[in-house]
Order: sequence, then structure tokens, then C-alpha cells
Amino acid sequence: MTAALMLELRDLSKSFELHHQHGARLNVLRGLDLRLHAGECVVLSGPSGAGKSTLLRVIYANYRPTFGAVHVRHADRWLDLAKATPHEVLDVRRHTLGYVSQFLRVIPRVPALDIVAEPLLQAGVDEQEARRRAGDLLRRLNVPERLWPLPPGTFSGGEQQRVNIARGLIVRRPIVLLDEPTASLDAENRNVVAQLLAEARADGSAVLGIFHDEDMRDRVATRLFPMQTLEAA
Amino acid sequence: MSALLQVRGLSRHYGQRVGCEDVSFDLHPGELLCIVGESGSGKSTLLNTVAAQLAPSSGSVRYRQRSGGWLELSALSEADRRRLAREEWGFVTQNPRDGLRLNVSAGANVAERLMALGMRNYSQLRHIARGWLERVEIDPARIDDAPTSFSGGMQQRLQIARTLVTQPRLVFMDEPTAGLDVSVQARILDLLRRLVNELGLAAVMVTHDLAVARLLAARTIVMQGGRVVETGLTDQILDDPQHPYTQLLVSSVLTT
Amino acid sequence: MTYNFAFLDEDTKRMLRRALLKAVAIPGYQVPFGSREMPLPYGWGTGGIQVTAALLGPDDVLKVIDQGADDTTNAVNIRRFFSRVAGVATTEHTADATLIQTRHRIPETSLREDQILVFQVPEPEPLRTLEPREAETRTLHALADYGLMHVKLYEDIAQYGHIATSYDYPVLVDGRFLTSPSPIPKFDNPKLDRSPALMLFGAGREKRLYAIPPYTRVESLAFDDHPFEIQRWEHQCELCGSGESYLDEVVVDDRGTRMFVCSDTDFCSGRRVEAQA
Repeated sequence: MTAALMLELRDLSKSFELHHQHGARLNVLRGLDLRLHAGECVVLSGPSGAGKSTLLRVIYANYRPTFGAVHVRHADRWLDLAKATPHEVLDVRRHTLGYVSQFLRVIPRVPALDIVAEPLLQAGVDEQEARRRAGDLLRRLNVPERLWPLPPGTFSGGEQQRVNIARGLIVRRPIVLLDEPTASLDAENRNVVAQLLAEARADGSAVLGIFHDEDMRDRVATRLFPMQTLEAA
Repeated sequence: MSALLQVRGLSRHYGQRVGCEDVSFDLHPGELLCIVGESGSGKSTLLNTVAAQLAPSSGSVRYRQRSGGWLELSALSEADRRRLAREEWGFVTQNPRDGLRLNVSAGANVAERLMALGMRNYSQLRHIARGWLERVEIDPARIDDAPTSFSGGMQQRLQIARTLVTQPRLVFMDEPTAGLDVSVQARILDLLRRLVNELGLAAVMVTHDLAVARLLAARTIVMQGGRVVETGLTDQILDDPQHPYTQLLVSSVLTT
Repeated sequence: MTYNFAFLDEDTKRMLRRALLKAVAIPGYQVPFGSREMPLPYGWGTGGIQVTAALLGPDDVLKVIDQGADDTTNAVNIRRFFSRVAGVATTEHTADATLIQTRHRIPETSLREDQILVFQVPEPEPLRTLEPREAETRTLHALADYGLMHVKLYEDIAQYGHIATSYDYPVLVDGRFLTSPSPIPKFDNPKLDRSPALMLFGAGREKRLYAIPPYTRVESLAFDDHPFEIQRWEHQCELCGSGESYLDEVVVDDRGTRMFVCSDTDFCSGRRVEAQA
């Protein structure tokens, strides 16, 4: 069986030019190639500083690649995010490309339940249904129901992270990027996340992630993608 | 998706001095665009020129009407410009006292645009005004109070209600949260975020506050000395700024 | 010998007449004019006097009322003024007058096509209290953008439960121009509508003239659920017994005893004469 190719990186490089530090140049990624298929879960491995998070951010178009292409299968056509317009990128993020960051970016005064339901609303699901599904997912992730109506600003690190995961995974997207989503979770909740990812893969999602915890990595990865730190140029 | 607003090569000079120079961007329906930059960078001039409150020195601003036809704003008659401002646009000023009518009640402030559109049923006007006060979290019992008896944050929320009551397609906002306490600011930002989503508004917002841009806008334009130095997705600009000026702006933000 | 007849020089009268013709041609539109110094202060009817002076001919019969009365200081002085500078006949009888200058009333007796009513106007701009900028109010008139006027009526209802504006009640003339009827009681507003007599308005300090030509449609603004209503009294005139005229409340002694009498003195005395006959 050949699963559909979902994401292809070609000769991808990323460096940062720091104009206010005497034009210092930081090379983080160089000449990187990667192919990601539907149903697989590729885990980036390598030492800290190897550019794993940077790579995810470049794919999500949060960072702009210095060179190379980020081809994404979006609504049955291929799009190079390195060259896409902002509106195209937004459309890809809405429908094709999900990203679960390391930390929840808290929006003041917005309750946890609404934060989780928001991506569904943007995808056109009606409000009641969106909230119901958000509640189901939070329950699965063991976020106590009494917290749902509260803004997560005051939650513990683990609670915030679970809200973040719920928000990132509530809409089933063909490609999911995960940046250490389980770092501050206990074994039970890591378990839930592993199950969620397995379900996503079974539905045909392609997953690309960073998991420092080896146990977790072994459970979810179908393949490892090793990365090395570049020498300073 | 077709754009709602098309700005091309827009310049506005004040004699020899440059207000804004050669600015181009598109705004799509339902999209909130932020213009950021420090004081004097030309963002308010740009906003006012795009909103046809200032005549451009050169360049064009085109607006797509409900009917689908394009309007070149500099070619509009004063009557058409006002009709557009009244029926399809809204403008929220930094100082609510500039955007409100201070000598009439809160209810009259909200109802004014409806009356301008010809609504002549008092009970209906009251009903809608009450609903909007509630929506912007002002106690509807204060409908007959003068805005001068309101706090700054309430006045700003009243201005937002007054502007959005006619469900405009396009809203221009000039630093709507500047000059307010941080807690009041958060409340208004949350309100704007919600209303923009609920009403499917398109909006152009000027702010010097990058956190505001991150919270509200999918896309951002960075201005310096009247020119656009960087434009793109807000998170891209804030997390991976390319231009020296943007890097300076981003690194100057206080984080807590 | 009509040179410099009626106080004003011929050039000034020509200027005024041109402005008046324009005002008649555009009902309700405020026409600027070169208001002259008059031998009485602003607020005493300088606008009305200039209009009257521009219109008077030797055969005219002039009546002047102030709050409906022919015998108040303002009315008596203006009547005496024109009697001296133009030698025209004057009268207190509405029916006998060809030209009536008025401050704050329209006579109760119905006017005819061969009569002209001249109003003294303190503030010709109905939007002024809400919009202080002249350039802006002019633009609003040009664009017939009158939502603002309803803001004022809205405020009335919000504060008093009904439209409390009781005089200078805004009207729309000929379906086009928002117009101040001068500070007449709103009781008189219906008399503006399709009046057979020409109505001219002069504001001396503000230097504006405007007109409501005969038989022009004049609507008083209102809300659908708060329609325009005129004042009503539980009393009748204690002198003539009229139940239909506009009544003044008069305190008659130091103990606060009040009586209600017609504001229109000519109408009242006419009825009393009729009753005795």
C-alpha cells in the first residue's frame, strides 16, 4: 500500500539575520529534505539546538524559509508555502495544517471551552455542536468540567497544555505538527494523547512531531527523522 | 475569494512632508488587518486616506460594494462618500469623545446611525439600542445616561456599539484601546475579537501595540517613516521579523 | 416719491428681494443675505423688519404681532416705525392686513392668498444645537441627511416620555429641506401646511432668509409610534370662551391666581365683539 504523500520539503534552509546584533547570521537548517505520508507519524530526533522546533515553525509558515520549498497537499493540489500568499497560508492552516505548540497562548477573558471550540467555529461548525465536541475532548483529556468556563490564564502548566492539545486536535486536519505537546503531562494524559494521535493517523492524518520523552516517542513514532546541529557559519 | 478593499500605490503628502508613501494592500471580507508602527510612522494618515477622510496625493483605493461593483473612492462625490460611511462603513476613533455625541444619551448615540438610515420607530430603536448596550457589556438600565457619566472604557465600548449597530461591512479603527487601563483594554480587545467573528466584519486597525495585532489580526502591515517596511501574516512578522525596524519593534516589546 | 421708501435704500431692498425670490424658488432653503444695521438690537426682529421693508408698498396695510398680541412693546414699536418711515396704514385686524410681521405666533384667523406673513427668526438652523459647524449643517442640508434631527426628538421621548419640544418644532418643507418654523408653538405648525398665504422668514443676526410658498407641503417630524401632536388645554379662554385657540396662562394677582386667555388678541376681541352683537 502506498499512502498519499502529504508534505514534501525540498532543500530547505533557514537562517536568522539579526540586524541589531551587528548583522549576525544564525544558520539553523540547511538543505533539508523530508517526505511525510498520510497515516504515518514521523518524530524529529536530535539534540537540543538541532532546529527541530524551527523546522516545525517553518512548515507551519510561522517562520519564512531562507531557501527551499515546503510543498503541502491542500485540497487536492500542491502548494508551496514558501511562496504562498498570506491568504493561502491562512486557508491551509484552517483546513489542512494543524499545529500544537509547546505553550498555550492565552487569550484574555476567553473561557477554556471557547478556546477549544474556536477552530471548529472557524471551520463552520455551529456553536452548540462545537461546544459539545470541545467538552467531549476536554473530558477525555481529564480537564475538570469546573475549569471549562474559566480563562486558562490561571491554570497549571499541565492543564494549559491539555487545553492547548484539545484546541490543536479538535479539527481533524490532514497534517498535524506537534511541538512537545506532552512535556508537562503525567503518564495517564500522555496515554490519552497517544490514543488521540493513533485515531488521527487511523483517519489518514500525517503527523510530524517532537517528543523528548522516549517512551512516548516509541509509542507514537512510525519513523524517526534525525537532525543535527549546524556549525555556526 | 475576492477582495473587499484594494489599495494601490497610495501616497499622502502634507506639502513637502510625507504622510504615507506608495502603500498597497488588499483586504478580504471578514478579515482584520493591523497597521503597526511607532508614532509618526504614518499609520493614522494611511488609515484616514484609505477611509476617504483624507484625499490621496496619488494612488488608488477601490472598494467592492454589496452589489459586487468596484468604487474608486477618490472619484466619489461627497454625497456617495457619506452614504458609504453611513451605510457600509464604520470608524472607531482613539478618543471615544471624538466619535460619540456627548450631549445626548447613550441610547441616542447608539440609535443615531439607525435613524440616519431612516428608522423611525422609537420603540424599535430603543430595543436595538438596549440589545447593543448589553452586547458591549454596558448595563441597559443606563440607556438614558449621558456618555460623560461613563468611564473611558465604557465610552469606548459605547462608541463600538454606535459604530457596529448598523452592521457595517468594513470598519476602520484608530488605536481603539490606546489610553485605557490594561484590564479595560483586554475587555475591549476580547469584545472586538468576538464581534468581528460574529458579524464577519472586515476591519483595518491602527495600533502601536504588537500584542493587540497578535490577538486580533491574521495579517499585519509594519510602517516606518510613511512606508511599508514589512507585511504578511501577523505571527510570521512577530516571530520571524525580517526588516531591521520590525526586529527592533519586536525586541522592544515588554513581556510579562 | 418712493425713493428710500420704508427706511432701506433701494439697493438693499433689491438685494433682499432677490434673496427672497430665491428663497421662494427653493422652499425651506436658507438663503444668505447682507443683513443691515437696523435701528434696534438683534433679537428684536431685525430680520423680519428688513423683509417687511423690502416688501412694503404704499398701499399695504401692516399688522405686527408679538406672541400673538398687537399691543406689546415690540409690536407697537415696529408698527409705529413703519408708519413713520413708510407712512403705510396699520391695523390690528388680521383680516384687514396685507402684510403681517410676527414674532412667535401665526394668527388664529385663517390667512388668505393675498396676505404675506413675515416671521422674525432668532436661529434659522434647526440642526444647530446638535451640530455647531455651519459648513457641516450646510452639507447635511445639501445631502438631505437629516437623521440627526431625530436624535433630538429621540432624546425628548427618552427624557420626558413624549416629544417635549413645544416650540420651534422642526418641519420638513416640500419633502426636502429641514426647516425651523421660528419659535412658534407647535400648536401653529399645522397652519404652515399648505397655507394659502406666502410665509417668509428673516434672521437678521444670522443673515439668512427662507420661505414657505403658498400651498407648500409642511410636515412636522415625528416617530411612527410617537406621532406629532399639538398642545391641548383643559381650559377655555376666559375672555371669549374659545376652546380652539392657543392660550396664555396669566397670573393676575399676588396670590398666584391664574387665568387662561387667547394669545391672539385680535382673534379674542373679535369673538367678544361678535358675542355682544
